Amino acid sequence: MSSSSPTAASYQLRQLTVRHLAAGQAPALHTLDLIVAQGEHVALIGPSGAGKTTLLSTLACAQRPASGELSVFGVQPWSLGEAARHKLRARLFLAPQTPPLPPRQRVVTAVLAARLPHWSLWRALVSLVKPADPAAAFQALSRFNLGDKLYSRVDRLSGGERQRCGLARLLLSDAEALLVDEPLSALDPALSELTLATLRQEASARNATLICSLHQVDLALSHFPRIVALKDGRIVFDLPREQVTPEMIATLYQGEPPPASTPPGHADAQATLAVGACF
Amino acid sequence: MSAIGTTHAAAAGGDHLDPAWRGRVIGAIVALLILWPMLVISEFKPWILFDSQSLQATGRFLAEFLVPAHDAEFLSMLAEQTWQTVAIATAGLSLALLGAIPATLIVTERLSISHVGTGRMRPIASVVRQTVRWTLVVLRSVPELVWALIFVRIIGLGPTAGVLAIALTYCGMLGKVYAEILESSDAHASETLLRNGSGRLAALLYGALPEAASELVSYTIYRWECAIRGSVVMGFVGAGGLGQRMDESLKAMAGGEVASMLLVFVVLVAIADQVSRILRKRLG
Repeated sequence: MSSSSPTAASYQLRQLTVRHLAAGQAPALHTLDLIVAQGEHVALIGPSGAGKTTLLSTLACAQRPASGELSVFGVQPWSLGEAARHKLRARLFLAPQTPPLPPRQRVVTAVLAARLPHWSLWRALVSLVKPADPAAAFQALSRFNLGDKLYSRVDRLSGGERQRCGLARLLLSDAEALLVDEPLSALDPALSELTLATLRQEASARNATLICSLHQVDLALSHFPRIVALKDGRIVFDLPREQVTPEMIATLYQGEPPPASTPPGHADAQATLAVGACF
Repeated sequence: MSAIGTTHAAAAGGDHLDPAWRGRVIGAIVALLILWPMLVISEFKPWILFDSQSLQATGRFLAEFLVPAHDAEFLSMLAEQTWQTVAIATAGLSLALLGAIPATLIVTERLSISHVGTGRMRPIASVVRQTVRWTLVVLRSVPELVWALIFVRIIGLGPTAGVLAIALTYCGMLGKVYAEILESSDAHASETLLRNGSGRLAALLYGALPEAASELVSYTIYRWECAIRGSVVMGFVGAGGLGQRMDESLKAMAGGEVASMLLVFVVLVAIADQVSRILRKRLG
């Protein structure tokens, strides 16, 4: 899958290193090499703090790499001018883990905000008073069983509803790469299935690349043909799901001790571990 | 290593002393040392209020004060002046908003597109930002009373001087505080919009404003209230409105008229308070 020609790749990463914006920290991502073809569906897995979120925001051109090469749809975003780079961002959609919805906004406005990159300021203003395309918002919401919440306020929604509302926004963007950060953290198993299925349908329907970070390894394996595993900012494996073994998963999540339950004798070792893990 | 171990053990084994305690004590002593000379320099002597002469004068004034002036002629003058005061405050604040809103948009770092992904702004953008920031500082560091005195000199006695003075000072204050309200509210929504390619004004309208709307509104109304008080003070230097009348009444020691005017202020402030409450309720 990753052998497709470079021109059809939506993402090409070569020796990519990314640091957090706060100075003096160890790199969050270490010399990554990754090629993702247009229309491919990839699950990102790995323990907490592995760099999944940083990788997704780097792919969304929301974080500038420290070194290495990043090309998105064949162009290098950070050698573009600022306006061109911002235009490129409109072709990518990053759905952060916590839904970015202002509590006092109405759901319809929050969902239609996906269209903002393509709207004139006047259109945006008018849509605040009279929603521009409520039918489209309703359709997007109903695909996540939220059609009845169209005109509710965001702060009246439950955690899981907010999360799906954030994803409904994704359906309204016409992005060619969908970068989704842990879309299931507030959802029950049934809704998780529905959500992943909807995301994949949508990505296939518009031939968009879908890169989704997940904590639920079983769901990642059952829904995504390609699995990329990250740990400590490095890619541990990048394989079709058929080749991912339970041992690999066990090794991936090994060495993540629950901090409170270690015996006091290991206090020193624990301290160094904690320092290493909190980047 | 062993030294660290012992201190750690002592701290852990002892009474769990608050590591911030010593700093707090020192901070309090330093604050006292700095504040005491300030009290001396400002000649703060509250007991002067209570010598017999002051008490007598206060008594006379208060006695008159108990019966607010209420003859028809005075009341119609009062209504007219009140209206003028409200007009000065409102016009001044509206003019201030005309300057403050664009300034806020420029100053707020959070709405910067060059900031996305780099944490830094383009040099030109940051120079523009600093210039506007400093303009706001200059505008609000000159007290409105001084602006009023200047404008009374330039354009003569009357409300226009008050309006312009309020517009300039409040432009500086509103611009600064709006930017701070926007920067201290939750950035997640506007940041995500910017990251997904929205323009800065769109991110403001769909991300930042819904987060901060009620704070912005209540601060604006509070400023309107301040503008009313400010226009009264400026009235004393001839910038029109109730203040100018109050100056005359005070000089004539007409306690009743002063009392009526103060009642009007109380009513105006209460109205502002109520409006703010209703709007906050609707927005919150």
